[in-house]
Amino acid sequence: MAQKKKSVPIVYEGESPLIQPIDLDGFREWNRKKTKKLVDKRMTEDEAVDRFVNDGDYIGFELYGTVRCPLSLTRALVRSGKTNFRIAGQGVTELEMLLSMGRVKEIDFTYIGLEVYGVSSVVRRAVESGAVENVVEWSNAAITWRFKAAAMGIPFLPARSMLGTDTIRRSSAKVIECPFTGEKLALIPALVLDTGFIHVNRADKHGNCQIDGISGFAIEMSRACRNLIISAEEIIDTDEIRKSPDRTLIPYYLVDAVIHAPYASWPGEMASYYERDEKHYKMYVEQQKTPEGMAEYMKEWVLDLPDHQALIEKVGAERLKSLTMKGGFYYE
Amino acid sequence: MSERYSPSELLICLSSRVMEDGTTAFIGTGIPMLAASLAQSMHAPNLVAVFEFGGTGAILEKLPLAVGDMRTYNKSLHASGITDIMETSQRGFIEYGFLGGAQIDAYGNLNSTVIGDILKPKVRLPGSGGGNDVGSCCWRTIAIMRHDKRRFIEKLDFITTPGFLTGPGAREEAGLPRNTGPYRVVTNLGVLGFDEETRRMKLLSVNPGVKADDVVENTGFELLLADEIGENPAPTDEELKILREKVDPDGLYRK
Repeated sequence: MAQKKKSVPIVYEGESPLIQPIDLDGFREWNRKKTKKLVDKRMTEDEAVDRFVNDGDYIGFELYGTVRCPLSLTRALVRSGKTNFRIAGQGVTELEMLLSMGRVKEIDFTYIGLEVYGVSSVVRRAVESGAVENVVEWSNAAITWRFKAAAMGIPFLPARSMLGTDTIRRSSAKVIECPFTGEKLALIPALVLDTGFIHVNRADKHGNCQIDGISGFAIEMSRACRNLIISAEEIIDTDEIRKSPDRTLIPYYLVDAVIHAPYASWPGEMASYYERDEKHYKMYVEQQKTPEGMAEYMKEWVLDLPDHQALIEKVGAERLKSLTMKGGFYYE
Repeated sequence: MSERYSPSELLICLSSRVMEDGTTAFIGTGIPMLAASLAQSMHAPNLVAVFEFGGTGAILEKLPLAVGDMRTYNKSLHASGITDIMETSQRGFIEYGFLGGAQIDAYGNLNSTVIGDILKPKVRLPGSGGGNDVGSCCWRTIAIMRHDKRRFIEKLDFITTPGFLTGPGAREEAGLPRNTGPYRVVTNLGVLGFDEETRRMKLLSVNPGVKADDVVENTGFELLLADEIGENPAPTDEELKILREKVDPDGLYRK
């Protein structure tokens, strides 16, 4: 592109380089090649990880904390041995699992903590030891606006957040004076994931997805992925999708793989299906306090299990039934 | 301190009283959730609780354990997503925002990112999350803190969330929306505000059994004192009853 004579001067720059370079024309060409046919995309977690994740990829997980977590995929990803990931820092348990195994090279960090249970010991060990090579700071709004910019197909969004703080200093945002108002604005750069992982309530075999309750950042992130892997509590007929197309938050053409994974969010919650397993989560919170405890947890609940079905059997029908919500989806 | 109530219960009651009826409040995990729930049962039945991952206008019957969990949109009016909520805040719809942190300075700036050097952290903390956004775009923020010299300090290790930054005019100079910023700091020792002219923290009232000198002694920067320092009424029997029987029956926060 020819150098423009007039450009808006940058008045401030965050000191962290972009972990994932912006290539929107490359993203357009990628999206052009993605199949628009209604094909059956169902496969196992292992198959999806094998086909759509490579060492060194930039990956991301939706949603957050212990809510609607794509944990069956995360466990498969851990078992696959793939490594050196660059990661967008939402999704707490998912990141802790990968961090504890030394699989994370760089993080665009927003919040990794245990909310009412305090600071994450896994994050402390991984970051304080220098095991994670590069940590870049963002706010929650900023990281989701990064997805939104990518979803819009534009290189950045202006925002009135992060300004004046060390958070922006340690980010890769830039500040300009607005060409219309003259006020300072933070420019939040677009973020396209190599592969994204989202867990939903219902999907058809083509990848049309319905989500109950809050949508978190599923809408923005699903549109900001080169590869998008979906796990779903239930697989429903496309006829059901067609009856209420207004409920499709993620349309099929964004999706590369669909995994049927009931209770994939366990020990987290799934809106209208099951509640958080507080007893197990408290045990996890205790075990993660030491490296040995976390290693034991990972061995028992991830590494020693061949697949998600084995996890479901280990947790047991009684336990899962006790978490299942009245009027929701019942474990069989 | 009286044994009628715990330090957490005092903080919850004080924070609850700050909230007005019929307005919006950005609620985070922990004490703000309990305070908002208590306020809904006491003086503010029409307080609109806003949670960053998409819940607006929930009736807080069961205590949420996470800012995205189902209880944050229990019988609520709207369940959307994070960009909708953050954009709603950015265009001026959210009155109060609750914040916390490991460190606060005289201008109400907060650190929840790191103790020590960011490039060689002594303690890596959870990070901004929505904190920076709440501090940037809500009209008035209320920080809830434990009050001691390690937390109330002259210079933060890291400014995660903007208060008044370096003083008068600094927020506007940085590009933050005008007429926004820190409003109150609620602590186990008292309630603090900010001086209109200097934008520095000022002691407004003390908690039962606390003297102004105690607050000054436990603050690591020069603290301004209001001309008349009030005394905050202790939690009432009614507040404690609702808190223990309705808001937090499992006693998660009774410590």
